[in-house]
Amino acid sequence: MSVINDIGPKLAAVGYIADDPLSVALQLTVDLARPLLLEGEAGVGKTETAKALAKVLDTRLIRLQCYEGLDATSTIYEWNYQKQLLAIRAREHDRLSSSAIEKQIFSEDFLLRRPLLEAISQEKSPVLLIDEIDRADEEFEAYLLELLSDFQVTIPELGTIEATSRPYVILTSNGTRELSDALRRRCLYSYVEFPDHQREHDIVRARLPDLEANLASEIVGFVQNLRKEDLEKKPGIAETLDWAAALVGMEVHSLLDDPDKVTSSMICLLKTESDLKSAPRELVSRLAGKAA
Amino acid sequence: MTPSQTSAPPALLSERIIDFTNHMRANGFTMGPQECITIAHHLSSKPLPTMQRVRLELKTLLAGDRQEWLRFDDLFEAYWIKSGRTRASLQQKSPPHITRPERPAPLWQQHLSDNRPEGDGKTPQIEVETGDQPAGEASGRLIAAKHSVNRKTDLKNIVDPEEIRAAEALALQLARAMRYRLSRRYKTAKKGNRLDLRKTIRSALPRGGEPIELFRRSTRPRPVHIIVFLDVSGSMKHYSRFFLQFVKGLVCAWLHSDAFVFHTRLVHVTDAVRDRNSARAMTRLALMAEGFGGGTKLGECLGQFNRHYARKMANSRTVAIVLSDGYDTGAPEKLEAELARMKKHVRKLIWLNPLLGWKNYAPITAAMLAARPHIDYFAAANTLESLAALEPQLAQL
Repeated sequence: MSVINDIGPKLAAVGYIADDPLSVALQLTVDLARPLLLEGEAGVGKTETAKALAKVLDTRLIRLQCYEGLDATSTIYEWNYQKQLLAIRAREHDRLSSSAIEKQIFSEDFLLRRPLLEAISQEKSPVLLIDEIDRADEEFEAYLLELLSDFQVTIPELGTIEATSRPYVILTSNGTRELSDALRRRCLYSYVEFPDHQREHDIVRARLPDLEANLASEIVGFVQNLRKEDLEKKPGIAETLDWAAALVGMEVHSLLDDPDKVTSSMICLLKTESDLKSAPRELVSRLAGKAA
Repeated sequence: MTPSQTSAPPALLSERIIDFTNHMRANGFTMGPQECITIAHHLSSKPLPTMQRVRLELKTLLAGDRQEWLRFDDLFEAYWIKSGRTRASLQQKSPPHITRPERPAPLWQQHLSDNRPEGDGKTPQIEVETGDQPAGEASGRLIAAKHSVNRKTDLKNIVDPEEIRAAEALALQLARAMRYRLSRRYKTAKKGNRLDLRKTIRSALPRGGEPIELFRRSTRPRPVHIIVFLDVSGSMKHYSRFFLQFVKGLVCAWLHSDAFVFHTRLVHVTDAVRDRNSARAMTRLALMAEGFGGGTKLGECLGQFNRHYARKMANSRTVAIVLSDGYDTGAPEKLEAELARMKKHVRKLIWLNPLLGWKNYAPITAAMLAARPHIDYFAAANTLESLAALEPQLAQL
């Protein structure tokens, strides 16, 4: 039992406050060594999860940011062509046979390791964060499936490279595209919600220890209520933290003090034009009043 | 899980797990023996933790997407706590479980199988065509079409051969305009804009490393995939025949395309539309569309697409074209939700509304208002000219 409930407090110790479902999910990821797929709105702290896990496990975090058109050369390996050319030149007068040169320049020394290869050839299991997998295309997803099931990479010139350690894989998705069922089946799944009042308060306190206590609870109350408004893009935790930092910088001690300053600082929370327009001074002061 | 169950012998537990797996599968979760083994293995590997903990663990293990994530708690509780062992009682007890019920086979399948033989042989229009029409296929088709018009609904009203050709040609033109999206992957190409270093260095080896022969690579254009949704409800009947030609032109000319017609139900008509015999194709379509009645259920129909076809058909190169006037008898919220879901499957969503070309028409029906935020390109389509005007716009998508 002691092992099971371990990860929550450990996460808290590195400054990441996880709710129960998430800490269970992370615990299972570590126990079962299966990839974890995290979904949720932007800004709920999916990427931070991986960073926190790496800190808890005291291991490296290898991050692969996905984008459309991502392919093997930028995710697994690439040969270092410049170095290869130089090597060929340097050995010109050694009178080596071409096959001998070939053997030399297609060796590990000339291999540029990209994140996926890097992740499976570490001494200690790293945390592999595959960020925004929904941005990559289907072809990459299929490729990833293969890697996640076998944990080995085949390089034609070198042969098959087996994983020296299995990375803890965390995939995040914002749901801009449906992921394949095959990928979903292979992963553990957790949906990350916006934090509730208490948890968000804890997060703000953990991240900004210098923040005044009453301002912190006002900020959290304000943001919690703001999320209930009809917005295009709800502010995430990152936005809350930004805003809190901004308010400190603007020397605001209470949201009720200076409505104009607070209204102008809304650019930290609301990131689209229509959202900004839908939060005029009146709404801001009403929410501030509620929070206080 | 009462204390007595917690200390139950493993045999009983594994039976319960199998039963639970069946329960979840019956409620729409994708679960096989593999999952069953995983759970059993996981639960037996250590002393059973608290109920709450088990629930969270199984939720993480078994849920695959947000829908399942949200439904899991109810299902779990229904099985383990309310001791609902049979699905029948479950369904009575808690409605959330039947959000994704086992649907009966879609109506149109019966239509298809019933109507195919008729369309293939018995109908008079085929005879007309094989009759003495020396002028060629075109006139034969025309007569056939007229015949079937008199017999059937006005969905495929009189078709002027000039108009048919114009519509088909236009459809092809539009398809060409949207034709290609550049892929972002590099492939070896003779006149590429980048050097393929890997290949170049390999071939330079026998020449002492002198890269004499340069290989190039570039991104390749890949065809877009077009899915057309045609509204054939009552309110669209004046446009249906014209649009059907348009859809036919598109689907026949464009290999990567699919067509659906809908009013209260969605019908996959790609095969019927691809039929070389134009008259037979139109007859089949008419028969398919005929079986339905009432108004338009846009949300419902798009939902059907999302559930049954989207995973298989749509990819990141898919452009969806909806041809509809937006008069919807379903709930606008439903339409909005389904459109949002559809947007995740397709790259672009184009909505062509014939009424938009009318004077004084503003798209203010509840359905149109709900749909607007999800539409990438919204345009009129009431005449050939207005369709032709789309071309430069579509080329930009």
